[in-house]
Amino acid sequence: MFELNLSDWQILLVKLGLVLAIVPAITLVAGYAEHKVMAHLQHRLGPMYPGGFHGWATLLADGLKFIYKEDIIPAAADRKVFSLAPLAIFVPTVLTVLVLPLDETLVVEELDLGLFYLLAVSSISTIGMLMAGWSSSNKYALIGALRAAAQLIAYELPIVLSAAVAAMLAGTLSLNGIVEAQEWPFVLWPPGIGLIAFLVFFGAGVAELTRPPFDMPVAESEIITGAFTEYSGMRFIFSTFFPEVANMVIISGVATTLFLGGYQPIVPLGFLDAVPGLVWFTLKTAFMVFMLLWIRPTFPRLREDQLQKFAWKFLIPTSLVLILAAGAWVLYAPEGLK
Amino acid sequence: MRDYYAQYVTIGIFAIVAAVLVVGTLQLSRLLRPSHPTAEKLTTYESGIDPIGAGWAQTSVRYYVYALLFVIFDVEAVFLFPWATVFESLGTQAFVEMVIFVGILALALLYAIKKRLLEWL
Repeated sequence: MFELNLSDWQILLVKLGLVLAIVPAITLVAGYAEHKVMAHLQHRLGPMYPGGFHGWATLLADGLKFIYKEDIIPAAADRKVFSLAPLAIFVPTVLTVLVLPLDETLVVEELDLGLFYLLAVSSISTIGMLMAGWSSSNKYALIGALRAAAQLIAYELPIVLSAAVAAMLAGTLSLNGIVEAQEWPFVLWPPGIGLIAFLVFFGAGVAELTRPPFDMPVAESEIITGAFTEYSGMRFIFSTFFPEVANMVIISGVATTLFLGGYQPIVPLGFLDAVPGLVWFTLKTAFMVFMLLWIRPTFPRLREDQLQKFAWKFLIPTSLVLILAAGAWVLYAPEGLK
Repeated sequence: MRDYYAQYVTIGIFAIVAAVLVVGTLQLSRLLRPSHPTAEKLTTYESGIDPIGAGWAQTSVRYYVYALLFVIFDVEAVFLFPWATVFESLGTQAFVEMVIFVGILALALLYAIKKRLLEWL
């Protein structure tokens, strides 16, 4: 490795530059992938010619359209809260990226409390949803915001509890520590506990993203776009499109970090150690993103009460049992098995 | 591992830069986008008909119950995480205490279910 003597401020500037360049770029790629993967899954290809490969230039046209779109704030809306809401959603989304370990040393800030920080910061956007829905002074927006808040908090619990299982098995809250503590075959060990915790985490993650089959907060056939009905132009981008797609990638990255061995090679073969950890992390995250995209056109939307029932009566009790099971495993499993 | 405060200062700077990015982009696109507000454009959107009544309508109290239940379990999570990192060295006693703690919470959830608070009436 080469030696670079940079001051703290220079390092900070480099980090800022990289994050601000890479996060929007990945969001664009993932948003484009979402369109095209779903298009192919449904045999409805959509625009295929602009720009060449799978019509990628339509994405740029979409972006330009949003920039040139008139910015409308309804006369009845609470203007201050209305314009603050995108900030309350966008900023936490950016902040969650900072602690994800892409490789052994490739992380913006390696916090001791990484997992705790991640869960804490990611739950702030619920407030943004409520702000958007309430300040719009629109019935659809209000219903959407309440649905969103109820859903986000109900499914935050299984996420937090199953993430706690990962922390218990690793014995640390540092995300790098959790990755290091995992050994092949990652999610399958300890038997049952790891896999169920992963499934609970991922299922609740789909709900946390308000993606189908859990998309009642933005159900277009019932309540238009939910909390964001009155948003247009760039405000709409910052409050829904960007956080939705970025969070899809982030939650896949978190699932990879907590359960799938993060930046470790998929199989423990010596020669695979030569491949940089970033490649493994990207591959695993891309696979999880693909699963999310696959789920979306496959399952129909649930009803609001079914959604709440699924969280409170199934996922939360399951994850409580998992915590006790994981605790028993760590304390009482025979030494040879661990 | 770098200095504890330096790490959180970095995160604070990132928060500020992200906020500036949103505000800046909105200001920049102001130079490009049209702005011709009319009274019709600024009415609340209600699928094309004139809005009836105020936007801040009454809604189901049910959501409030979920919020209360959430608080119970989220407080549990705050206790759970520090415990999760040290219980291995504390051994059986810490584990039994957590079993009791989780048991009490499970009772609360069971109570809510028995009270039919989670049914959508």
